[in-house]
Amino acid sequence: MSVTPAKRVGVFVCHCGLNIAGTVNVNEVVERAKKQSGVVCAVDHKYLCSEPGQALVRDTIKQQHLDAVVVAACSPAMHESTFKNVVQSAGLNRYNCEIANIREQGSWVHEDHQKATGKSHIAVRQAIEKVKLNEALQPITVPVTNRVLVVGGGIAGIRAALDVANAGYEVYLVEKSGTIGGRMAQLSETFPTLDCSTCILGPLMVEVYRHPKIKLFRLSKVEEVKGYIGNFKVTVRQEPAYVDVAKCNACGECAKVCPAEVPNEFDMGLTWRKAIYTPFAQAVPPAYVLDAKNCLGLLPQACGECRKACDKFGTSCINLDAWPQVHELEVGAIIAATGYELYDATKLTEYGYGTHPDVMTSLEFERMLSASGPTSGEIKCPSDGRTPKEIVFIQCAGQREPETGLPYCSKICCMYTARHAMMFHHKVPDGQAYVFYMDIRAGGKGYEEFVKRCQEERGLLYLRGRVAKVYEENGKLIVKGVDTLSGKTVEINADIVVLAVGMVPSPESHELASKLKASLDVYGFFAEAHPKLRPLESPTAGIYIAGAGHAPKDIPDTVAQASGAASKALGLLSSPTLEREPTVAKVTGELCSGCGICIPICPYTALSLSPITKVAEVSAALCEGCGTCIASCPSGALSLRNLTDEQILAMVEAIVAS
Amino acid sequence: MAKDYDASAKAAARALGFELKEMEGWLCCGAVFSNVNDNLMTKAGPNRILSRAQKEGGTLTTLCAGCYNVLKRTTFHATQTAASQQAINEFNEEKFTGGVEVLHFLEVLRDRIGFDAVERAVKTPLKGLPVGAYYGCLLLRPPAEMKLDDPNRPSIMEDLFTRLGCTPIDYPARTQCCGSYLSVSSSEPSEGLSRDIMQSASNSGAKVLAVGCPLCKYNLESARKGSAAHSGAEDHVPIVYFTQLLGLALGLDPQQLQLDTHQMQRISESQSEVAP
Repeated sequence: MSVTPAKRVGVFVCHCGLNIAGTVNVNEVVERAKKQSGVVCAVDHKYLCSEPGQALVRDTIKQQHLDAVVVAACSPAMHESTFKNVVQSAGLNRYNCEIANIREQGSWVHEDHQKATGKSHIAVRQAIEKVKLNEALQPITVPVTNRVLVVGGGIAGIRAALDVANAGYEVYLVEKSGTIGGRMAQLSETFPTLDCSTCILGPLMVEVYRHPKIKLFRLSKVEEVKGYIGNFKVTVRQEPAYVDVAKCNACGECAKVCPAEVPNEFDMGLTWRKAIYTPFAQAVPPAYVLDAKNCLGLLPQACGECRKACDKFGTSCINLDAWPQVHELEVGAIIAATGYELYDATKLTEYGYGTHPDVMTSLEFERMLSASGPTSGEIKCPSDGRTPKEIVFIQCAGQREPETGLPYCSKICCMYTARHAMMFHHKVPDGQAYVFYMDIRAGGKGYEEFVKRCQEERGLLYLRGRVAKVYEENGKLIVKGVDTLSGKTVEINADIVVLAVGMVPSPESHELASKLKASLDVYGFFAEAHPKLRPLESPTAGIYIAGAGHAPKDIPDTVAQASGAASKALGLLSSPTLEREPTVAKVTGELCSGCGICIPICPYTALSLSPITKVAEVSAALCEGCGTCIASCPSGALSLRNLTDEQILAMVEAIVAS
Repeated sequence: MAKDYDASAKAAARALGFELKEMEGWLCCGAVFSNVNDNLMTKAGPNRILSRAQKEGGTLTTLCAGCYNVLKRTTFHATQTAASQQAINEFNEEKFTGGVEVLHFLEVLRDRIGFDAVERAVKTPLKGLPVGAYYGCLLLRPPAEMKLDDPNRPSIMEDLFTRLGCTPIDYPARTQCCGSYLSVSSSEPSEGLSRDIMQSASNSGAKVLAVGCPLCKYNLESARKGSAAHSGAEDHVPIVYFTQLLGLALGLDPQQLQLDTHQMQRISESQSEVAP
């Protein structure tokens, strides 16, 4: 690369209040920067990202006729684009700006002031050397496919899909099970208003199904994701339902004759269903579906009773010879709304879940409360069907326990436990509910009032403490715990024990994340780009996140996040083109031997051999600038724009020389 | 104290074809694993034992659940805190670096000999004997360090007793604490706890209570002696070491296992009660 002679570089050092200046001697960094060759001026400011700070950068560029700028401040993940915009507004090319991270990699992680100052100086020096060799680049413009893929058909996916579709864009909604609705469909009531869950969810499910802009792929799974923001190519595999939705009138004759019975997952295994079944009354689409895994045999056909019954009494809508379908979808944005799973309660051996039938999870109890549940809404002991008189709720079961369970709080359990206990008293007026809790976390609109109302009006006994053990003696469950407010141990003879187990990410989220190249947090929830400023986006461009797949959250938060993610996706789709970073790989044709080593190595399929020149070519729209190809090239023909070998060596030299 | 445990374990091992060798220069483990981090003195004893065990080949078997707990936890912590470990080693003038495998005798039977082999060696199965296994806490907790079995639903003893022909009795208090050393300073709480354990076992139908810790045995037996006012069914349940039941099943002489006449009488009565 030809070096343009003597760039005039300006260095701007930010105090970030005391975030940087509390540890790093900003004055010293400024003074030492001034002495670097090519540096025309170096100045500091208390908050460089503020408008006065930005004005300082803009004005200095003009007054000092600067060609390039180094900003020593926070991480580039935070404000790189801010300062590039400032530089651009002052008339320079935005790629003539480099960030030296002296906060996240400087002041925040070091205690020794002198060493932190020294390190900050080195960071500034290497940024100066790099920016001197930066090329002026123009962003790459690519077209945007104006469709959205939503993965997950729970309330988050439903809300996001509807918002995007109502704005006039096409949506593909991919759902793994036979119906949309997700966890919310299983709930009896919702806190704090006690709205019937199905009554508020059902209409939305129907709206999704009828919406001309939404194409629903149920029984489907994302198989492969290629491309990049604005231009994803997604392969979706859809298992057959074996039942023609258009013809099925849900008469149920098929299920009557089906000989295969399996636990009904919608009722959390408290009831049985057939292998051909309808997930629940409000399922969308309103048709039967065959669960191939539990069917006695499709290949070869071993039974076929359902088809015979359908042909005889029904509408001849069963086709047992159906095959999976593969759909190739092109979308501009993807919203991941994969939801949650319950923590495995059998791991909590001290509470005896799985050993005693009357120890249940909160979701099992929820099904029991539901009018469409296994007991039509009556509360009965699963062991013998008697009406329970004493019921114990254990909050934080396996949660907030870094050593043996989940370290985090699942946020919703305080609220639904209060609701469960209240509903118990409503249905069993002469019963007594006990709630073991650690703290009541009722932060939310109307939440604290709801919990107080449950406690006071219904006479619930809240015991602050944990349960050590649940065991069975003489047909009763003995709950041994402690009430830390009175300082006494408590022993309760209970008929039912309900465990408020925590939320964990659904098992599919891990697989999906790796296909999306989206990162997950330590617990396997989708990570956000920034916890405060970009909570709806994955760090991977074009991927948005909604619902409990991101973190444990309740329905209002889920719906709000889903609408937020939808509006983020709409923002992307609202422009016909999209600008991409031009800091991508480039080929020096004269050096390339056309060996092709780089082509299979590229994770983004951005490289190919030119049929004419027989040397490697980079598709700038596909390239993510990862640099893998550059490391693989035996002849040094590949380089990364604005991170060339020459620049890296200059930076290393600057570091070593310091 | 616990001569019966020692004798029965050694005899049972011999009958199974292996020898328990007494380690040279053993000393008291300190009896309780100290959770104090700034007084390393409490850790000198167990580290000395372990450094000697390291020299003798690196596998140390214990019978006492208390020793097992202290020594296993000491090994665990030796690899966690390098600085304090160095200070202990310098004080002891004996080096322990964590290379010792601490096993409880139950673990030896399960993982080294194998319960299959034990079953094959059984000569006089204790057919139908309703045994309540009593674990207490030191064998199992803290689970992350002990790793012997599930702390809430352990099965290692029951699995062994099944192989000996017994009918293990599941009862709620089998992992409850007996009061441990509280019996030394104030016996009341430990007597209460021990009585609860015996009652719980007896209510569930246990006719014999088997333990793997001398202190547990002492506490359970003292609770019985100390409360003349009570005389429930649990007072007739003999408390024996699991090694004694093992020895009986292997066909050894009760005298060699140091089972007294009263215990033997209760065991054979219980067996004849259940056997048709």
